[in-house]
Order: sequence, then C-alpha cells, then structure tokens
Amino acid sequence: MGELLDDVLGGGSGGLTLVKMATAMRVCRAVYPCWALQTRGLSAAATPPGASGVSTPLKRLPARVKIVEVGPRDGLQNEKTLVPAEVKIQLIDMLSEAGLPVIEATSFVSPKWVPQMADQVEVMRGIRRRPDASYPVLTPNLQGFQAAVRAGAREVAIFGAVSELFSKKNINCSVEESLQRFEEVTRAAKEQSVPVRGYVSCVLGCPYEGKVSPEKVAQVAKRLYSMGCYEISLGDTIGVGTPRGMQEMLTAVSREVPISAIAVHCHDTYGQALANILVALQMGVSVVDSSVAGLGGCPYAQGASGNVATEDVVYMLHGLGIHTGVDLQKLMDAGVFICRALNRKTSSKVAQASCKL
Amino acid sequence: MGNIPTAVKHCLSYKDYPWLAGLLQEEQGAGKTGLPEYVKIVEVGPRDGLQNEKEIIPTRTKIHLIDLLSESGLTVIEATSFVSSKWVPQMADHTEVLLGIKRHPHIQYPVLTPNMQGFQAAVAAGATEVAVFGTASESFSRKNINCSIEESLQRFEEVIKSAKAVNIPVRGYVSCVLGCPYEKNIEPAKVAEVAKRLYSMGCYEISLGDTIGVGTPGTMATMLECVLKEVPREALAVHCHDTYGQALANILTALQMGISVVDSSVAGLGGCPYAEGASGNVATEDVVYMLTGLGINTGVDLCKVMEAGNFICEALKRKTNSKVAQACYKP
Repeated sequence: MGELLDDVLGGGSGGLTLVKMATAMRVCRAVYPCWALQTRGLSAAATPPGASGVSTPLKRLPARVKIVEVGPRDGLQNEKTLVPAEVKIQLIDMLSEAGLPVIEATSFVSPKWVPQMADQVEVMRGIRRRPDASYPVLTPNLQGFQAAVRAGAREVAIFGAVSELFSKKNINCSVEESLQRFEEVTRAAKEQSVPVRGYVSCVLGCPYEGKVSPEKVAQVAKRLYSMGCYEISLGDTIGVGTPRGMQEMLTAVSREVPISAIAVHCHDTYGQALANILVALQMGVSVVDSSVAGLGGCPYAQGASGNVATEDVVYMLHGLGIHTGVDLQKLMDAGVFICRALNRKTSSKVAQASCKL
Repeated sequence: MGNIPTAVKHCLSYKDYPWLAGLLQEEQGAGKTGLPEYVKIVEVGPRDGLQNEKEIIPTRTKIHLIDLLSESGLTVIEATSFVSSKWVPQMADHTEVLLGIKRHPHIQYPVLTPNMQGFQAAVAAGATEVAVFGTASESFSRKNINCSIEESLQRFEEVIKSAKAVNIPVRGYVSCVLGCPYEKNIEPAKVAEVAKRLYSMGCYEISLGDTIGVGTPGTMATMLECVLKEVPREALAVHCHDTYGQALANILTALQMGISVVDSSVAGLGGCPYAEGASGNVATEDVVYMLTGLGINTGVDLCKVMEAGNFICEALKRKTNSKVAQACYKP
C-alpha cells in the first residue's frame, strides 16, 4: 500500500499536486473502509442523549454541538512548515464541504510576527464560502480589524489572556491594556454589524504563572462579553487542565456569562482534552473548538501535541448521539490532505486508526 | 537503582512546570464530586502491553520494567502469561520472569492462565494470583482461542475451581465489550451475561475491555448500566483502549458511575492488532494525571511511572504513547 501511495503521490511532498493528493485520499478510503465509522452510535441519528436507557452522567447533554474549526488559523499558525495560500484555500474549502459551521480562516496580524498568516488577504478572497457557514478571522487590534473588513471578513475574533505574564510575553502588554485595545475593535465591529468572538487563553494553567484562579478567568470573560463578544471561547492553552479544574472554572465563568455563550478550546498536550470536553458538555456547554488532524503543536512543550483533533471530537460527539452536522469521512479527507501538504503524521487517533496516512 | 535522571529531577523540582506542583498536591476531595476517593490502577504493560510488541524483549528487560513499576506505588502489576510459547513467543520466558522479579509483599503480580495446563505451570512458578480471559463476541472467541464462548467458560471453570482449592484469587476479563473487529456491535446484555458467569464462577473482579477502542462515553455508560445489574460495582474494572482517542473520556464516565478500578499500560505499550499503526492500551501516565487532577488517590508516583515508561521505550527503541510523558519527560 505504501508503494502504491508513493506512486500516486510522486514520492514526497515536493512533487505533490492537489490532484495527486485527492487521488491519494480516494485510494486510502477504498482500502481502509473505516468500518468503525459505520457502527452503531456513530451517526447523528443514534440514541439521543436523555433518551430512556442512557445513564445519569449523560442524561443532560446538549442535543447539538457547534464545532468551531480552528485548524486553518490556530493550527497552521503553530506549524513550522510554511504552507502556500492555495493549500490553505483548498483546506478551508474541504472543511466547508465537511459541513463545519464555523471555520477560522486566517489572522490579520503583522506578517513580521506570524509569517504563516502573511497571505491573509489572498486566503480570504480565495475561499469558497458556504452560505450557512461563518469564517471568522483574528484581529488583534483596530488596524487588523480594518484590514480584515476590507478583505471581506464578516466575523472577527479577539484574543485575551488571564495571566499577566502570558499577556506581556505574548503581546507585550498587560491584560488591562489588551482589553482596552479590544474595546476599540468591538466598538468598530458593532458599528459595522460584524460579530466578534472573544477568546480567553490560559484558563486552566499558565506556562509562567502556574495555577490560574477561576475567578480571574470569569472576570476577563465577563469583560469581553460586556464589550459585545457574542461568544467566549475558554482556552486551556497548555493543555494541563483536568475535568475537575474545567468544572470549577466553568462554574465560576457561568456566573458571569450565560452557558449558551461559552465555548471550550481544549488542548490535548496531556491527553486530557476529550475528558475535559465531556465535562463541559455535562455542564451545558454546546460549542467546542478543535483543529483538523490536531494541527498545531504546543510551543511550551517541545514535540508535544496541541489542539485537540476535530476528528476525535466528532467521533465522540456522534457516539453520544449529539448532532454536529459534520461528515466525519470528509473531515478526515481534509486531515489527510493537510498532513500530506505539511509532510507530517496526523495527531488524530481516529484518523490513525482508520487510515494509514 | 542509581542516580535519578535529570529529567525526573525536573519533574520532582517542578521548577520548569509550576502547574505540576499544584496538580500533584491537589486536595483530596473527590468525594464531593461524586467520584470514588480512591482508584486502584491495574498495570498491564508488562503483559498486555509487551505481548503486542513485535520485537521479542529480553527477560532481564521485562524483569527490570516490572521492578521499576513496583517502585512507583502500583499495587497490581500483570507480570506475564502462561500461554503456549508457540502462540505467544513474547511470553515464552514466563517462568523466568516470575522467578526473577523482586516481589513486594503489598503488590499483586497476576498472570494470565488460559487453561489448566497454564494454571498449573503458573502455580509451580510461584504465581499467587491468576487471570482468565473471556469475551462477549462469539467470532472473536473462535478466531482468538479457537472455541466458542461457552467452551471457553467451561475451561475457565476448571481453572477457577483449582484456584479456589489453593486459595489463589482469579481476575476475569471480558473483551470486546463495546465493539468487535468481526461482529462490530456487541449487545450490552451479552457482556453482562459473560461478566455474570465469570463472577459467579468465583472471579473476584471483572475487567471490561474495549478491546478495539471504538467505545464512546454513551456506549460505555449503556454497557455498564447493564453489567451493574448483574455484578456489584466494587467488583468491576474498565480496560479502555485509546485507539480512537476515547479512553480517558470513557474512563471518566465509568468513574462517574462509581467504578473504581482502571487498567492501563505504562507508556501506552501495546498497539492495536486490528488497526495497524494505531495505538492500543491507554497510557498509565495519562490516567494517573487525570485521576490526580480529579483529586482521586491512586498511591502512584507519576514521575516514577514515567521513569519506567522511559526505560521500556528506550529498550524498545520507540516513542512513548503517553501524552503526559511526551509533554514533560525530558531524558
């Protein structure tokens, strides 16, 4: 099988074309029919949560979960290999085909700081937008916001931190200063009817400060929500959180921000992501961020993984009978595609188990 | 055992990982969350883990691995398997391993005994606890041990009777509880039936194995609900494979339903024979990390387990499957 694929792919990412990658995926699917995806409980029509016979811990799960796909931005931003705009566009288009309702497309930061996102305008203009999907872009400041709107962005995102040290090291200002910058963005966005998503990072631990107080997370989340962010994504940036920490943090935040406006953004650096997501679902959270193929390593733990893989999240949600609108097979195709382009193995266990690539 | 490697000192000093100190000193308080206060970890790396490794590992390496694990606070370490070496060459040195390990008085070292012949050899080699391996899938039974579920249970009945006569506790395993590579879906009622049979025969504990790792929290909960009608909670364990990344979520679900025994494998040893290149057993380090964060007592020293994991991975010349070890162990 390896030789057949090498033949098709021209032996190495240097000789790859998009056509060859698509062929590779068809070959993969034919040989590895992924029977596990067809078993009971893996379609949206499976036993709905709360139905009779489903156990107490899982009785109050949401019937639907919105997946926010961050692979093209958060994922690729943390990959060392620079990926050409056409590959990013193809990836986003494939993710759109897979039914993802929200796909974070790119980031309007200075290319000096984040060279991977230098082709932000080209990507925004090149993608084929599904009318019922949204393609938010990161805008760290007013300048980025204005550039994003000019390039056709219809939703933006801002990134706050709970930890002072992390804020200083990452964006060279205090948490308060960053929130003031974001206020400018949210004001301008309101005027132009552009929805804003707020992110809070380091919610379960900071690489510099260690433990983070749930109350502090709640305060920053509340500020972003009051400024006008329609949704607050709470990020376990270094993946150190465990279900109890997640529970305590969400309890504190949900006193200030309605559960329906909360999302979780779990990193799988310590393998805890799915357990943390499960607990969040049990508390009523119904928006989950994830990254196709688990793209994006951890800059704080060399060689370790970062974002949780969308394939693994969708597998779990579908197994729970939760509707996501995502076609897992097409999602895996997108994962195979981008891994070949990056010349790396997938970080998704579902993909590893289902397909050799 | 010589000097502590620098990497482990890093863990112990927590200097580079300020959050780790907090995590490892987490308050005991799991009872408030409805979770068990104590979870017993059954370490299956030396048997279930190594059995699935392609390369034959030298006996002295197996012995050293078990000795390192014995130092980490684990109270149950599955040491080896008394099966025919024709079928499982990796376990051909079972007697040597059992005689070679340093046995701590408060640690159990169960060994697999598929039949009377294996049981007798195990006792002759000094085994003081044995395990029998049933399945909920007829096809899996026929393909794996060349007989029906009923025939296998009759064989185990002989073993358990003999074990009882010499006061040797027997642990029962049921495989394919959430899915089978041949039959796909497995009825929870079938799992409950096999678990009940093993328990009534005299197994003190039944370990329910998601052999191909396809289960998700919903199917885990449904299966456990069914089994709990037939076997008491305290006598149940879960043996989750991480082939589809679902193990920790499934284990969490089991804990929420009151299960307090979890099987795992150091460094996530043992791939999946049904999905080439995929992972198998859940990594002990990752389980201990989660349990510690939940405030659940395990008695296990995470750093020492990582040290054992590092040892065996170097011996096997492969990377660990433990995410915790990947993230924070620096040899």
